[in-house]
Amino acid sequence: MSSTFTDRLLGRVRLSGWVSLAAPILAILFAGVVTSIVLALTGNPVLDTLTTMVDYGSQPRSLVLILNNATTYYLSALAVALGFRMNLFNIGVDGQYRLAALVAAAVGGAVTLPAPFHPILIILVAMLVGAAWAGIAGVLKATRGVSEVISTIMLNTIATGLGAYLLAQWAVPVAGSNNIGTPPIAASGQVPGLTLVPGSSLKVFGLIFLAVAVGIGFHVLLNTTRFGFDLRATGRSEAAAVASGVNVKRMVVYAMLISGGMAGLIGMPQLLGASYSYSLDFQPGLGFTGIAIALLGRNNPVGIAFGALLWAFLDVSANILGLHKISPEIVTIMQGVIVLSVVIAYELAHRYRSVAEQKRVSRELAGAASTPQKEGATA
Amino acid sequence: MFTTGPLGTLTQEASISTETTVSEVAVQLEGITKRFPGVVANRDISLTVQKGHIHAIVGENGAGKSTLMKILYGMQRPDEGEIRVNGSPVTFHTPGDAISAGIGMVHQHFMLADNLTVLENVILGSEPRKGGLALDFAAARKKIKEISDAYGLGVDPDVLVEDIGVGTRQRVEILKVLYRGARILILDEPTAVLVPHEVDELFENLHGLVREGITIIFISHHLDEVLKVADAITVIRRGTTVAEVDPASVTARQLAELMVGSELPSPETRESTVTDVVALQVTGLTIGAEGERRVLDDVTLTIHKGEVLGIAGVEGNGQAELVEAIMGIRPSAGTITLAGEEITTWTTLRRREAGIGYIPEDRHRHGLILEAPLWENRILGHMKEKVNVRGWWINRRGARADTQRIVEQYDVRTPGIDVLASALSGGNQQKLIVGREMSGEPKLLIAAHPTRGVDVGAQAAIWDHLRTARAAGLAVLLISADLDELIGLSDWLKVIHRGSLVAEFDPATVTPEQLGSAMTGAGEEA
Repeated sequence: MSSTFTDRLLGRVRLSGWVSLAAPILAILFAGVVTSIVLALTGNPVLDTLTTMVDYGSQPRSLVLILNNATTYYLSALAVALGFRMNLFNIGVDGQYRLAALVAAAVGGAVTLPAPFHPILIILVAMLVGAAWAGIAGVLKATRGVSEVISTIMLNTIATGLGAYLLAQWAVPVAGSNNIGTPPIAASGQVPGLTLVPGSSLKVFGLIFLAVAVGIGFHVLLNTTRFGFDLRATGRSEAAAVASGVNVKRMVVYAMLISGGMAGLIGMPQLLGASYSYSLDFQPGLGFTGIAIALLGRNNPVGIAFGALLWAFLDVSANILGLHKISPEIVTIMQGVIVLSVVIAYELAHRYRSVAEQKRVSRELAGAASTPQKEGATA
Repeated sequence: MFTTGPLGTLTQEASISTETTVSEVAVQLEGITKRFPGVVANRDISLTVQKGHIHAIVGENGAGKSTLMKILYGMQRPDEGEIRVNGSPVTFHTPGDAISAGIGMVHQHFMLADNLTVLENVILGSEPRKGGLALDFAAARKKIKEISDAYGLGVDPDVLVEDIGVGTRQRVEILKVLYRGARILILDEPTAVLVPHEVDELFENLHGLVREGITIIFISHHLDEVLKVADAITVIRRGTTVAEVDPASVTARQLAELMVGSELPSPETRESTVTDVVALQVTGLTIGAEGERRVLDDVTLTIHKGEVLGIAGVEGNGQAELVEAIMGIRPSAGTITLAGEEITTWTTLRRREAGIGYIPEDRHRHGLILEAPLWENRILGHMKEKVNVRGWWINRRGARADTQRIVEQYDVRTPGIDVLASALSGGNQQKLIVGREMSGEPKLLIAAHPTRGVDVGAQAAIWDHLRTARAAGLAVLLISADLDELIGLSDWLKVIHRGSLVAEFDPATVTPEQLGSAMTGAGEEA
């Protein structure tokens, strides 16, 4: 009668109070213990390794890298989370952002516009391409009942092939290497970085503010609009949504379009803040990282922000391990354990909460009225 | 519907098959009691089934037939009582135990894989092996042919299940159970999905089976069918066995009365508030294609302002479909007019906006989002009402204030409007739904089982709210399995059976016999 495990996993169910904080912290500690055991088993010094990682990860240069990585991770996880909140599994964020970044880079390199309009145009193109690519899966699901999991995975593969073809059509050689990429975007289309961290010459992506804005927009859309209400209602109980007059098919298409549009933003901080061109070595796989981080953050914009920062910290601090002859894959193990244990911790916390809530309600009712209620809590 | 077959011939048929069987007990249940939290599903049930008989168990939906069969098939364990099969006491932990004791069940909804052949479906889960690994299809085919011929089932093992009709699929289900060695078959509502001539074929097959010594327990609430096929009948009412009757010496009317109970509540004396202004007009509402069994067949009804129209009927006869068609959740043919305006092509949300309130049958699935706070549940289904939204935005303050109003006005017992709906008791959840659906001055209220599973206090409160709203001019379509509720609230009763409205009564003068026979399809004139 209560929510399903998937509901709780995907954060469609509310979890509040101190447990919502304690659960992930305990899970991360647990992951630390597991990682320590793995380190000890492989004959590496446990404490030294962990302190080396923390030392390295807290240097100014690393902090900038962490912020920059976290920016892209955050956008990716938000794109995934929007679908998750409606019970839609957009596994295709990966293909959506790569295709979007490629087309946006090509358009940005081909035109020259006055400063504020040039990057805005590039960002809009990226969103449109991402939305269109995700929209294919949405329309297929709404009209033909095709599972979005299957169609988005297939669209990922198609995006890879299509991207390779388009890049070959549009590309120019990248100066000083045998790499090829789209023509570089002119200075008017670039978003300058910021010197946020003292002690490092590296710059933080200017589009970090875009990520923050998208996070706020995500919260506003979901929690204060009718559309968001319909979306959450559909995610929590499709049967109730249908009976209440929500047009579920239309919601599927809209949610995929928005999720894809957000996915289109993932490549933008890198494209407009550092590389200025989409080349063969444009970072792949961010869409899948986004799925893990969305789970870590329970599809909540604030939770995802912490998840993205943690993930980025682990990625960056892994770089030092190679110098100490320790396999950097130890971090991959840690990331995997964190996701698993966070999921389990949330589940335990949820069970504790729902029992506590029902007890609280019946206790307060018994306290308020002198006649205690003798009914089952949920009948 | 069986227009042929007066009771005389049926009785003859029944007595013939009685003669062919020996008097030996196949299944005996004694003092079976099963409790679920808050309800007793079965109370002190006693049942004796003779070997080689078709033993019918009849009772209204919710009378406890399904629970009893689940106990016999090992899906539930009784809290008290004893089960004996062929004389020896048994304890079933799983259906597997029941199968090895020779008991097989044919479910109402077929459990067959469409894209496999009949043969593959039958052996699925008990595949004969050849040389350790390979499947021995030849042996299986031979065995299926043997069973099919022995019992006259006429099943071809090599056709795909998707290519065969409903009647044949049912025979495949029966064959599947026989293949596993069952000598006692439980058939759960086997005729529910069949058209009349398929029912006749099924009955011939059943007679073939008992001639070969198979025992059949036949669950149904269609009395004419039961009288036609059964050798013995047990009636269940409110969780317990109330009568053991011989089909030769009972009429459909008597059986109906046993099922429904002999006392009907007398409607309260009250002034009629029925006006001559039509609130809802439904004409020719039909669901189901030509040639198939129609779940809703040419339903026409009118509800006036201030009128409560009650729909009586055994569950599963089209009530849920009627409600969903009027709400626009399920596509249907026919026309629907609300207060003079045709709404046939409108979406569900538009119909709700136009003034249809809806208390769904299953509040957990359709009426509430259990894991959302009460005030968010206030918005559900009313996403265009002024108190809930301002344009594109959710009017959080308005919705919360209005939830508070409902909580107070409808006496929803809750510590606050921020608790999750799942934390409330069933009665309080339902009061919240009733309050929500009465908001915004609806023109029509569709109330499907509005007091099911709620405590007595909440039930009385909900009835009061319905009466008050009716006096204020609300039109109500009331669907209920509770005869107290139907007769106590309705101004007029219609009876639905197999998707058609078959009879109508004035609740002030209706007799239990009339209602019982109309609801169970016994007797045509009603």
